[in-house]
Amino acid sequence: MSLLEIHNLQVTFGGLDALSSLDFSIEEGEIVSVIGPNGAGKTTFFNTISGMIPPTSGEIIFNGESVLGLDPNQITEMGIARTFQNVRLFPNMTVLENVMVSQHCRTSQLVVGALFQTKAFKQEEREIRERSEEILSFFGTRLIGYRLDQPAFALSYANRRRLEIARAMATQPRLLLLDEPVAGMNPIETAELTGLISRLRDEWGFTIVVIEHDMKVVRDVSDRVVVLDHGVPIAQGAYDEVSTNPDVIEAYLGRPVEAKS
Amino acid sequence: MMTDTSASKKLFEQNWKRISFWGSICALSQVFICLVGLPSELNRRILIESTLSLGYLFILWIPLVFGYIVSKMVELEGVENPKPGAADLLSGALTGLFGSLGLVLLMLGIDNLDMRDPLINWNPKLFRLLTFENSIGFGSLVWIAVGVGLGTVGASLHQMSSQIRKMVAYATFGLFSFAVLEDVIDDLSEGFRLEWLSDMIYAKKGGMTVTSMIVLAVVLALLPLITRGKFKKTVDRYRSDATPENQRRNSVVLFSIIAVLVIVLPWFLGGIINELLANVGLFLLLALGLNIVVGLAGLLDLGYVAFFAVGGYTTAVFTSPNSPWFSPETHFGISLLVVVVMATLAGLLIGAPVIRMRGDYLAIVTLGFGEIIRLLFLSDWLKPYLGGSQGITNIPAIDLGPWEVRGADPRSVFYMVLAFCVLAIYVSWRLQGSRLGRAWMAIREDESVAEVMGINTVNSKLMAFVVGAVLASFSGAVLAAKVGSVFPKSFEILVSIIILVVVIVGGMGSITGVMVGSLVLIGILGGPRQPGLLQEFQNFKLLIYGALLVFMMLKRPEGLVPTARRTRELHQEEYLQDAWLGDDENEEREEVGEQL
Ligand SMILES: Nc1ncnc2c1ncn2[C@@H]1O[C@H](COP(=O)(O)OP(=O)(O)OP(=O)(O)O)[C@@H](O)[C@H]1O
Ligand SMILES: [Mg+2]
Repeated sequence: MSLLEIHNLQVTFGGLDALSSLDFSIEEGEIVSVIGPNGAGKTTFFNTISGMIPPTSGEIIFNGESVLGLDPNQITEMGIARTFQNVRLFPNMTVLENVMVSQHCRTSQLVVGALFQTKAFKQEEREIRERSEEILSFFGTRLIGYRLDQPAFALSYANRRRLEIARAMATQPRLLLLDEPVAGMNPIETAELTGLISRLRDEWGFTIVVIEHDMKVVRDVSDRVVVLDHGVPIAQGAYDEVSTNPDVIEAYLGRPVEAKS
Repeated sequence: MMTDTSASKKLFEQNWKRISFWGSICALSQVFICLVGLPSELNRRILIESTLSLGYLFILWIPLVFGYIVSKMVELEGVENPKPGAADLLSGALTGLFGSLGLVLLMLGIDNLDMRDPLINWNPKLFRLLTFENSIGFGSLVWIAVGVGLGTVGASLHQMSSQIRKMVAYATFGLFSFAVLEDVIDDLSEGFRLEWLSDMIYAKKGGMTVTSMIVLAVVLALLPLITRGKFKKTVDRYRSDATPENQRRNSVVLFSIIAVLVIVLPWFLGGIINELLANVGLFLLLALGLNIVVGLAGLLDLGYVAFFAVGGYTTAVFTSPNSPWFSPETHFGISLLVVVVMATLAGLLIGAPVIRMRGDYLAIVTLGFGEIIRLLFLSDWLKPYLGGSQGITNIPAIDLGPWEVRGADPRSVFYMVLAFCVLAIYVSWRLQGSRLGRAWMAIREDESVAEVMGINTVNSKLMAFVVGAVLASFSGAVLAAKVGSVFPKSFEILVSIIILVVVIVGGMGSITGVMVGSLVLIGILGGPRQPGLLQEFQNFKLLIYGALLVFMMLKRPEGLVPTARRTRELHQEEYLQDAWLGDDENEEREEVGEQL
């Protein structure tokens, strides 16, 4: 059984088919890239899986259960986490708080524990904090130390992208959806993050779908590539197959396919 | 030849546009204040015996402030301003003159036209006040002299050395506080058996005596010379060597001092002040509850008074023998348990349907629900159960074994309220730093993202609603026992609004801010029906609340004592600049280091 199965998915915005007749599945432990020209419907694909946009028709099955009609928080609780293309951190919360708050669905203490400072409450707080620091140290020294207590808006652009990933990791997902994780990063930072994406699977055991425009990253990380154009999947397969597919080249017309080498 | 840029301007080389602009505003404000009725109404309150009443003071501060504003230089980087000189004094004087001309016109108007119909204060009383019970000519001369004088003084504030300006400020604000706080100081000195002190400062009929005023002014003016910033230095020193341990110790010390003061002081205070403090406490309790809802969870609830009412009515029904339908006459403690249950139910009942709305929609719907609850209490339908507009009377005092908490003994009420406030503060503090508090923060920042990050927003928001409701209902319960009766009238929409203003002015989300806010607003100006320290302001309370709110929104939107977070929120750019100046270099180095 695949971890995520999508059948005949269709999303329509007032007459415009952002996605249509999309079939997709991903196995546990895979890294799949979704590529396509601007406006192809990639972000819409993520929005639909994470429950922010209800599909017009079709079926999304995660781990054997349908996620249609569930609230975003319920879907996250089932084990799907995502990042946003247009970084959407909690800007006035600190780096640490951003990660701590994202463990909400894996923790349970409410009013009574906090008021009486019960043992269970203190234990849970300590665990939340430790796990947050562990997650943040995945990114080297960039998000720890004095940065822990800095508000998220004060971070550099690349660090904000890293914090987005950290926050998604904190929800303890099985499936991680990354929306253009290296957009706006310089080549060195990009290379570093490419390595981290592979480690996310190997060390943390996440299954990963990544939307990316940078073909070098796509080539380096993905087991499989899916190409969307105008909401329709036009090609699927290994990077080498897809990058030479004439349909794909046509879809990118006017934009040479980078990293052909 | 060198042009002398730093020389003072020629005397008549004025910015006439600026002067006429501020002058007109000065005149308009003075006329407005007169027509609103502040001077006539407040004329009874004497500040300085046979010289100055609060009424006149309300006109006099205007030319002073505008004189100050008009002669203020805009500091531009790289451009050296001409040295302030006589020309600036003249501009202040002219502004004051403009203001006085406004008053002259007003006097002429009142004398010749009858406009009492739309403007009730367009009357002989105001006329007598403005002409000093003399002729128009005399009045005009005096006002012009005063206006010009005060305008000049206002302008000259820029030209004093900072030391002198400090002395003037100390003397002025000190005198003002002494004059206005007459009741408290009387009350305090009575409590400490120092009646002679207040007899010395204040005249029999109210107001300070002229001699005591002069003496006090001199003493106050000398104060900054004596202390010479020692106080500030000490504070700075404590701030600078603030290791976490020291900080902790300091806050413990500060906390104990405040605790002792709050517990001991009421014994030295008379009935009036204790009553006042009890009211402040009741509203602080409400504000702390609303602070959780608005400040922490970001839910703009305008129907908050509903929960206050639920607390009051539940207590009334369960403890009063006069409850028309069901009257178990239980003890306050038992009814308090019922209050908690009822408030929780009310919170869930009102919260469940509205909680999915966001922002402005939530505000409007809660506003509606607040009114619905009040109208229900007022309705004929519930009259057989809750007494309709007659309410429920005869609510007994709270029996606490050796003590009794009743309205006639405001000190006991104060202690009762204090206990609840401490509870509310503890609850706010603990929740703020908990898993739930973080969820509220995230919801306030970006609700959709919070939901995607796995937060059950509906439940978390409901929880805030319920905690706020329970705290408000406690306040209602104590109010019922204090007053001895509940009426629908006590639970007007105005209560919600005033509490919200307290939270906003104090500083949203800040516990200290809310305390300062309620002390300043409820303590000094008064609650919706409760008089404050300045009882004379009763009729103008809303005007002042409004003016204060506008001022705060313009000048200090984060509130009087804001949380660090909220300041950051509202001043992101400045913070970013600092951060950029501060550690950009480190960052570069670090990043390069990592690459190597
Ligand atoms: N909320 C919305 N309402 C209406 N139209 C939308 C909405 N969201 C997306 N669209 C439209 O759907 C199409 C697909 O958009 P989407 O954001 O998924 O593209 P994308 O592949 O992520 O593009 P990019 O590479 O620029 O991020 C676009 O034409 C867009 O205008
Ligand atoms: Mg996109």
